[in-house]
Amino acid sequence: MTVLAVSNLAKRYRRGGKPFAAVDDVSFEIGAAETLALAGPSGSGKSTIARLVLRLIEPDAGGIDFEGHDFLALSGAALRARRARLQMVFQDPLAAFNPRATVARVLDDPLRIHRLASRAERPLRVAALLERVGLDAGLAQRAIHEISGGQRQRVAIARAIATRPSLIVLDEAVSALDVSVRGQILELLLDLQRQERIAYLFISHDLGVIRAVAHRVVILDAGRVAEIGDARAVIANPQSAIGKALVAATPRLIRNRP
Amino acid sequence: MSRLCRFFHTPEAIAGALILALLVMMALAAPLLFPGDPQAIAGPALLPPFQDWSLPLGTDRLGRDVLAELFHGARTSLAVGLAAAAAGLLIGAVVGTLAGFAGGLIDEVLMRITDAFQTVPSFLLALAFVSIVGPSLGVVVAAIALGAWTGPARVARAEVLSIRERDYVAGARVIGMHPLEIAFREVLPNALPPVLALASVIVAAAILTEAALSFLGLGDPNRVTWGGMIAEGRTVLRTAPFLSIVPGIALVLTVLGVYLASEGVVESTAVRRSLS
Amino acid sequence: MTSMLSIRDLSVRYRRDGVAALKGVSLDVETGERLAIIGESGSGKSTLALAIAGLLPRGARVDGRIDWFLPASAGAKAPLSVLPDISPSRGEIGSSVAGALPATAQVGEGGDHSVISPLEREMSDRTEREAKDRQPSALATSHPLLGRDIGFVFQDPSSSLDPVMPVGTQIAEVARTHLGLNWQDAYAKTKTLLERVRLPNTEATLRAYPHQLSGGQKQRVAIAAAITAGPRLLIADEATSALDTIVQAEIVSLIRKLVAEDGMTLLFISHDIALAATLADRIAVLRHGELVELGGTDQVLDAPRHAYTRALLDAHLGLDAKPLLGRRGALA
Repeated sequence: MTVLAVSNLAKRYRRGGKPFAAVDDVSFEIGAAETLALAGPSGSGKSTIARLVLRLIEPDAGGIDFEGHDFLALSGAALRARRARLQMVFQDPLAAFNPRATVARVLDDPLRIHRLASRAERPLRVAALLERVGLDAGLAQRAIHEISGGQRQRVAIARAIATRPSLIVLDEAVSALDVSVRGQILELLLDLQRQERIAYLFISHDLGVIRAVAHRVVILDAGRVAEIGDARAVIANPQSAIGKALVAATPRLIRNRP
Repeated sequence: MSRLCRFFHTPEAIAGALILALLVMMALAAPLLFPGDPQAIAGPALLPPFQDWSLPLGTDRLGRDVLAELFHGARTSLAVGLAAAAAGLLIGAVVGTLAGFAGGLIDEVLMRITDAFQTVPSFLLALAFVSIVGPSLGVVVAAIALGAWTGPARVARAEVLSIRERDYVAGARVIGMHPLEIAFREVLPNALPPVLALASVIVAAAILTEAALSFLGLGDPNRVTWGGMIAEGRTVLRTAPFLSIVPGIALVLTVLGVYLASEGVVESTAVRRSLS
Repeated sequence: MTSMLSIRDLSVRYRRDGVAALKGVSLDVETGERLAIIGESGSGKSTLALAIAGLLPRGARVDGRIDWFLPASAGAKAPLSVLPDISPSRGEIGSSVAGALPATAQVGEGGDHSVISPLEREMSDRTEREAKDRQPSALATSHPLLGRDIGFVFQDPSSSLDPVMPVGTQIAEVARTHLGLNWQDAYAKTKTLLERVRLPNTEATLRAYPHQLSGGQKQRVAIAAAITAGPRLLIADEATSALDTIVQAEIVSLIRKLVAEDGMTLLFISHDIALAATLADRIAVLRHGELVELGGTDQVLDAPRHAYTRALLDAHLGLDAKPLLGRRGALA
């Protein structure tokens, strides 16, 4: 079952008076509980595609089908209601939250907005969400800026799964984390994917991370799809020029050299 | 509570808070220390200060107790100053947030209205309003607020335009929050610090505008105000300057206190970011 | 190889939170080597770089010694003189002409402020540009001067470059300050530098403002500014962390080339051990302010002595590692 189908997506901007295409004729599909990675150098359109899919910005051309329905046709209250099924985790866990927020409020908001629990039930659901992402339920009272980066990203993931989405967009979600924490967060994401059947649109510039967690990968070059296929296969044997450049530029950790 | 502790850590805040506390006590204590009508005759006219200890600051042209008038005047000046500033800040913050967040036509319309109010000198606006509607405390408050809201509106709008682009606002949209809730629950509280920085200026200006209106005879005639006292003292400025100087000093102190305290507020409400 | 820099028991504590950012770190930097300093957030690696460059904020408490053994810097205004070994209440900086042991000479007369511990002066809160703008006095040349003897490249070129000044002027300014050139010669030198860092369209780039350049281009400008005065030591503090993979590889290769051409010593600070391994001869690993590993790159990668280093290496997700997908259980 296809969760997300993007066809001929385009977004144009004007820079210095001249129009340029940030996203140009991009098409791809994501199936249920599948991870599709978007890779490419900066400026290739990865983040723009993420924002288009989430309808934070509107495309100039193309279609987005989400869970079998035309996502672009929705607006207002209908769109807001649908958003429960499509969530996001940002790169910078500090900027992703209101500086005055507490963990409890951050997790309470989606439950309240989508009426997923009564007022009395919500604190219990918040505690359950915290435990699901490997955090202590007592963290709820802490302010967002008081907890560590890794914990913050777990809270971001907890907020993303609160409404039982079928697709989560992860925009460089582990890039700002320490190497030792990265693996744990990726394990958590995979675990959630298996159990809750969530699809991921995983944006990263790090091919190593993509190779570790993605089923398939789309390699973008200046807003266009340069290559698309099985993640491990594409990375092992890239066909496009940009794919080859990305693989070549990724530093290798060569241990136990002869 | 920690915010309160931070507030009291800055010397400006402590000084400001002390002055304001003094003034508030003056205002609250007025009916207790000087019961009865402050505008009643208390003694001989134009008695200089520090001569008769039952009338420590002397009497005015009609023999009214200057100290009593000072204390009662504090009530009016503070009430008007604070109420007008609060009204101005509230209206300005709401208008600015709506304009900045909504953008487009709503932004244009609201900003042109703001322009209109801003081009008229606020004192003349207040003057005209009070002249037309009639002098009373509520009208004076409204008149001052009419001119005071435009500054906060612009500052709030500028802050909102920048905050609108932040990740957490996008995050709020993604979880399906209603735009009005985003504007007033996520954006406005974070846009407030620079708006609050204007508070000192606005309260000070409000108190001075009220004094000026009273000076011109457009204040509430049933109330003692410092501006009115200064006006009264004008005719005997050469022979009894203390009648104008005493309320003048009170005004200066009030404005100073408000300024210092709001500096402290701005310091303590700035959210500390941990450096990682 | 001789030591250029000798750090003994360096401890740094910030006034802000009192936490020890560095605890008793001791290491030598050999002249001409490429040393990588690896650590995660909170490891103290940036603090170490700032301490070496003299860029710690005012009020930072410093204990320990940093000894410099600098040869006369190419292009320096005046030759180095021997600095008396000053010992204030805590923390010392000694310096000497290449090879000789630090001498203990008499401290100068009281009124001369340049004799006061350069350590305390270096600890004042300054920007990189301000530091470069300081005119070296006769005695100050004996301590390495930021901009002239040490080049520093920061992580975020958007904030290390002045946004309201054309990039050509920013580089030329360094040439004027530390090489004593007039504006015309300074701009000529700038053009040469821009070509060395592979920024094409030299004329246009000279007049461009930082916001008109891409992240990679800005970082090339920052590198050009850092090497203008021909420093002996180049410090790159997470210089590639804000760049994408392809640009990162280009900048690393540029740094490698410039360091080799100019015979500079390189201090490369990063959280990415794989990236550092492509560039460095030796690797130092910091953890919570302590030095836990120091050794040749091959040795550190193949046979790390400390468990933390091993954990870092194992956690690296490379193109040859086994994918997490399809695996059950926790990552090692």
